[in-house]
Amino acid sequence: MAINTDKNSYTIIFAIIMVVVVGSLLAGFASGLKPMIDANKRYEKQQNILYAMGINNNEGANDVEFITTDAVEGEFAKYITKQLVIEGDEATENNEAYLIDIKKEATKAKDAGYTRKLPLFIGTKDGKEIYVAPVRGKGLWDAIWGFIAMDKNMTIQGVYFDHKGETPGLGAEIKQRFFMDDFVGESFLKDGNFGSILVAKGNNDPKNMDKSDQEVDALAGATITGDGLSAMLKKDIKMYVPYFKTLNK
Amino acid sequence: MGLLSKKDRKLILDPLADDNPITIQVLGICSALAITAQLKPSIVMAVSVIFVLGVGNVVISLMRNIIPSKIRIIVQLIVVATLVIIVDQVLKAFAYSLSKELSVFIGLIITNCIIMGRFEAFALGNGPWRSFLDGVGNALGYGVILIIVGFFRELLGSGTLFGFKVLGDSVEKTGLYAIGYENNGFMVLPPMALIVVGIIIWVQRSRNKALIEEH
Repeated sequence: MAINTDKNSYTIIFAIIMVVVVGSLLAGFASGLKPMIDANKRYEKQQNILYAMGINNNEGANDVEFITTDAVEGEFAKYITKQLVIEGDEATENNEAYLIDIKKEATKAKDAGYTRKLPLFIGTKDGKEIYVAPVRGKGLWDAIWGFIAMDKNMTIQGVYFDHKGETPGLGAEIKQRFFMDDFVGESFLKDGNFGSILVAKGNNDPKNMDKSDQEVDALAGATITGDGLSAMLKKDIKMYVPYFKTLNK
Repeated sequence: MGLLSKKDRKLILDPLADDNPITIQVLGICSALAITAQLKPSIVMAVSVIFVLGVGNVVISLMRNIIPSKIRIIVQLIVVATLVIIVDQVLKAFAYSLSKELSVFIGLIITNCIIMGRFEAFALGNGPWRSFLDGVGNALGYGVILIIVGFFRELLGSGTLFGFKVLGDSVEKTGLYAIGYENNGFMVLPPMALIVVGIIIWVQRSRNKALIEEH
C-alpha cells in the first residue's frame, strides 16, 4: 500500500467520499423507517387523547398505562365520535384534525392575517360528551404539552401532560398520575367567565378537595415548570372558550 | 472454548472485570448515572452500546490504513455518529416508548468516552476481528455494570424489576410493605447511582489486591 495518507489532496478527497457515503447511508435509513416512525407518533397522540378521556389500561394507583398500540386505532375510532377544526367562528368536521401540528399553528398565528386552526376531539364515554383540546407551552428546559378532556361546561374530566426535557424527579413529575389526577373536577369557567386553572403554591389545599378554587397544588422544586403549565393552559384553552359558549347557548 | 485463542479471550474477558471501563477506568460514568433508575433502559442502553462499539471498532479497524491521520478524530466521530443515528432511528421505529424513555441518552452515546477511547487506543492499531472482540468486550463490561446498578436501583427505589412488583404493592401494603418496608426514593435519583457504582468499585478492589494502587 503506497498511498501517502498525509497529503492534503488525499485528506480532502477522503473527507468528501466519507461525507457522501455516510450521507446517503443515513438518508436511506431515514426514508426507509419514516413510515413506521410516523405511525408510532400518530399512535402516541391517539393514546394521549384517549388517556385524557379516561380510556387507558391503568391498574395500580400510580399507573399511567396507555391503550396498547395494536388496539389504539380501533379504540380511537370507537370513542372519538367527531373531530373538529375550529377556525374563528366556524367549526368544521375533519377526520384528520388530530394530524394538525399545533406547534406550527402557533407559529403561523403570529401573522395577524392568519386564522389559527384549532383541533378539538369530541368523544363519548359512559353516555357523556367529552371534549379534548390539545395544549402546548414551555417548561423550564424545553417544550411541554398535553391534552385536556372537558365536558361542555369546561369542567376537566381528565388530562394528560408530557414534556421533552424537564428535570427527572422535579418538573418531569407533571406526567405522574398524582399530579394529573389533581386536575379532574376543576373548571375553566367560574360563573360563566373564563378563568384559567393555576398550578399554585401554598394554596392550603394539598389534597385538592376544593374543586371550585381553580387551583391545583404545585410540585415542590418545579416552580418554573408549574408556571409554564399554568401559562400554557391559560393561553391555549382560552382560544376554545368561544366555541364552548356556543354549546351552552 | 476452542473458538477463541487465549489472547482473543483476554480481549473479551478483561474488560468485564479487571479492566472494566466503568469501575477501573472510570469512563462512561455520565450515562451510567442517568439511565440506570430502571432495569429495562439499562439493558437497552447496554445492547445499543454493544452494537455501536462492536461495529464501530470493526469499521475503524478496516479503514485504519487509509484514514488520513490529520482528520482521524473527525472520522471516528462520524463513524460513531452514523451508528448512533441508525440505532436511534431503529429504536424509534420498533420500540417507540423505549426510545422516548432513553430520549437524549441514545444521542449521548456519541459522547461516551469509552467509544472514542477504544477507537483511538485499539481499533486504529489492530485487525478487524480483534477489534470486534475488544469492542464487544468493553461494551459488555460497561453493560454489566449498568445492569447491576439498574437492578439495585429499581429494586430498592421502586420495589419492581422490569416493572413487575416483586416486593409487593406499596400502595395497597402487601408483601414486604405489609411489615413496614418502604421504598427508598433516593435510589431513583442520579446521586444514588454514583454511590452504587462506588460500592461496586469498593467491593471489586477489596477482592482483587492487584487493582489497589501503591502510594
